[in-house]
Amino acid sequence: MQELDTAGLGSVRVTRKSDNVVVLEKDLATEQMVLAMGPQHPSTHGVLKLECLTDGEVVTEAVPYLGYLHRCFEKYCENVDYPAIVPYTDRMDYLSGMNSEMAFSVAVEKLLDIEIPRRVEFIRVIVSELNRIASHLVAIGTYGIDLGAFTPFLFCFRDREHILSLLEWASGARMLYNYIWIGGLSRDVPADFNKRVREFVTYFRPQARELYRLLTENEIFVKRTKGIGIMPADVAINYGWSGPMLRGSGVKWDLRRNDPYSVYPELDFNVCVPDGRFSDIGDCLSRHIVRALEIEESLKIIEQCIDKMPGSEGFDPKSAIPKRIRPKEGEVYGRAENPRGELGFYIQSDGKSTKPLRCKARSSCFVNLSAMKDLSRGQLIPDLVAIIGSIDIVLGEVDR
Amino acid sequence: MGNSLNVWSQAIASFQPMGLPLGLVILAAIPLVFIALYSLTYGVYGERKISAFMQDRLGPMEVGKWGILQTLADILKLIQKEDIVPTNADKFLFVIGPGVLFVGSFLAYAVLPFSPAFIGANLNVGLFYAIGIVALEVVGILAAGWGSNNKWSLYGAVRSVAQIVSYEIPAAIALLCGAMMAGTLDMQKITMLQSGSLGFAHFYLFQSPIAWLPFLIYFIASLAEVNRAPFDIPEAESELVAGYFTEYSGMKFAVIFLAEYGSMFMVSAIISIVFLGGWNSPLPNIGSFALNEMTSGPAWGAMWLIMKGFFFIFVQMWLRWTLPRLRVDQLMYLCWKVLTPFAFVSFVLTAIWEIYVP
Amino acid sequence: MEEGKVHSQSAEQSAAAYAVIKEAFGDAVSAFDANETMPFFEVLDLSRWQEIALFLRDNAKLKFNYMACLSGVDYPAEEKLGIVCNLESLGELGHKLTVKVKCARNGGSIPTVSCVWHTANWHEREAYDMFGMLFTGHPDMRRILCPEDWEGFPLRKDYQVQETYHGIKVPY
Repeated sequence: MQELDTAGLGSVRVTRKSDNVVVLEKDLATEQMVLAMGPQHPSTHGVLKLECLTDGEVVTEAVPYLGYLHRCFEKYCENVDYPAIVPYTDRMDYLSGMNSEMAFSVAVEKLLDIEIPRRVEFIRVIVSELNRIASHLVAIGTYGIDLGAFTPFLFCFRDREHILSLLEWASGARMLYNYIWIGGLSRDVPADFNKRVREFVTYFRPQARELYRLLTENEIFVKRTKGIGIMPADVAINYGWSGPMLRGSGVKWDLRRNDPYSVYPELDFNVCVPDGRFSDIGDCLSRHIVRALEIEESLKIIEQCIDKMPGSEGFDPKSAIPKRIRPKEGEVYGRAENPRGELGFYIQSDGKSTKPLRCKARSSCFVNLSAMKDLSRGQLIPDLVAIIGSIDIVLGEVDR
Repeated sequence: MGNSLNVWSQAIASFQPMGLPLGLVILAAIPLVFIALYSLTYGVYGERKISAFMQDRLGPMEVGKWGILQTLADILKLIQKEDIVPTNADKFLFVIGPGVLFVGSFLAYAVLPFSPAFIGANLNVGLFYAIGIVALEVVGILAAGWGSNNKWSLYGAVRSVAQIVSYEIPAAIALLCGAMMAGTLDMQKITMLQSGSLGFAHFYLFQSPIAWLPFLIYFIASLAEVNRAPFDIPEAESELVAGYFTEYSGMKFAVIFLAEYGSMFMVSAIISIVFLGGWNSPLPNIGSFALNEMTSGPAWGAMWLIMKGFFFIFVQMWLRWTLPRLRVDQLMYLCWKVLTPFAFVSFVLTAIWEIYVP
Repeated sequence: MEEGKVHSQSAEQSAAAYAVIKEAFGDAVSAFDANETMPFFEVLDLSRWQEIALFLRDNAKLKFNYMACLSGVDYPAEEKLGIVCNLESLGELGHKLTVKVKCARNGGSIPTVSCVWHTANWHEREAYDMFGMLFTGHPDMRRILCPEDWEGFPLRKDYQVQETYHGIKVPY
């Protein structure tokens, strides 16, 4: 009996029926296609390249490639004074500039021995929460667009315009504020600010409700996001997830509650976790619902701050800021709750210079995105888009 | 008006140089092309304005009062743009793709009866022809998707083909229910059978208790046929950039775009003809006030059909800007497991109604 | 812990956690630096770093299931590179701790802990990209933020930026 040489035939199954009869069956050869999503793509929320290995419509693996927006934030920090770093923290997560500045100030103030005036703290919380609402509106609106619902995006941006006008009135800029300085604020809020903010809160509550009904309760939207991209809670913690991502997996963890800073201990608000009735815990819909519910909680916080805030007589927002910010020798890891998760700063100071020795920004999106490779296994391409949208990344923060 | 129109059309129809029916071609083709192009340009303008008002903004306002001349400006812009053909594209397929697409969607206009006096080609299998010729679009889409030499375009084209081919089945069965009620496939006869002094009561939608089912099924299936949301995966902007026409620029892009709006009007016209009476006036004669007679006639007929067509275009746009899009497998599920069984059920019920109830 | 100083509750919890580790690993870990802002200890025996990491995560009294941050640091005076890991027991015991691991400046390497906490995967890649220390056993050891063919390690204190990159002049 002669042996057959099947080397050049590819994947073949050989069955020998008898001495003279051999059956060769060639499998239908299908190849996996490498699809590069990005860096220029409408729904990757920035310059992110996802290299997807696809088998038909099923993605076997989606590997993210970063670095397209890397702007050397950390190297820059080592060469300038602490106050000059504040505008750069804005530009990392540019959709929530106030929250990033807050995180940085919280971190540095741990190394300084100063006492922040109460009114400063309340104003910081108000602008942070306004920025949180604005950021969540962008997240919700762009998520709708990724899935084909074009109208909620415009409703979100219409309401976001009001917030941006308020923040421009307070700080002078619509998006990159440089408002929350280390030890205080750059200036006090205008005279009628509280009144206008209260008007906004009253106007916006029913709009948020309408947006919820339009998008989140839409059956097609639910079908597209329910049960997709499920992340169990313990795996999420191991991946380092935080913020709405972690709360979407059912873990009741909010840095404003669990590791409080500023005046958050005095404020009453709920930490939103999904209850599994409307969505599966840990899927894209849960994460989206957490963001939608957090908008209402932020409105509550803003109202309480306006009520509790001390008046502006004799108030100087820069009174606590030292002439030269020279933190004592030591290291600190300070963090705050960004709309996207935990933004932390590891700062190493040598006590003598006005520049940090090392300032590492632990960005929430960077950590959230690292789970992409494992979350995307076995999903369809439209589901991949749904998952990226639910992670809510801002490439400025991922690449710094 | 009818008489002088007849004299004119007789004169043009008898224009036969060298024995070729050039006159008839001019008579039939040019109005059709004009109607098509005008409804398209104002369809695009309408979409932009309607979507703008639904999204709490204004839409085009600069060009002309209320932006009326916007589409004209866009067409002029697209005509003078550089026509880019990618180096590695399959040039033949790339170029004929939009052409075949456009032709496929316009060929169906030939059998639409715009008024009692005007129909492009009075085929006695007009409905069958309309359903079948739309399948030519599939060839155009595949040619465009493959010829672009772009993986994303290919994805879009493949999805689109699957979608169109699948949804033709419930669409055809639903239309056949209408044909059953008429007893003929001839579009002009179907419309004439829906005439009467009671106006809308003669429309097939109201002539049978289950006519709303094929009406609804055809409406949904036609959304999928023309790749409109919520079935617009083939051109899913946020997933595939622009799907099968990502690589097109300039006039070819304009042609594809116009083909899409042309198909939209065509399916709207078909559903109006089969279920809503076509060029018949919906106004009834109230006692001695002969509203129906007053609003019928060759010119009135054309106006009624176009208005009904625009109404359905409005509903299509309304749906597009409200609903997210379905995923591919959900779309296929909807077609094969929901629409097709219901289409068959409605077919049987319509047959029973027609046989046992005169 | 210094006598006579009032420590916060969190600093005491960290100190208690350190005591458990010291008991288990003895000389592989350094003494506890109990400062208020970031109490830490250093792992002296590099080869036992993974073992210590698993102990930190799985031991019932420690349960450090969440790695908040892993930063690369350059110590030019000591001729060393290092990492600083901020750990937390999220939702379990609630305490925090920081661990430092140092290695030689040129050619040094640290065992990876990406098998213990997935957070470390990308953070270690970034530390390698910026400082140049290798992480032995890492599943995907390549640059993450800089381009693949970039020369040098940017965040080192003695970093000189390269003159050209693919023909583009770099310093401006």
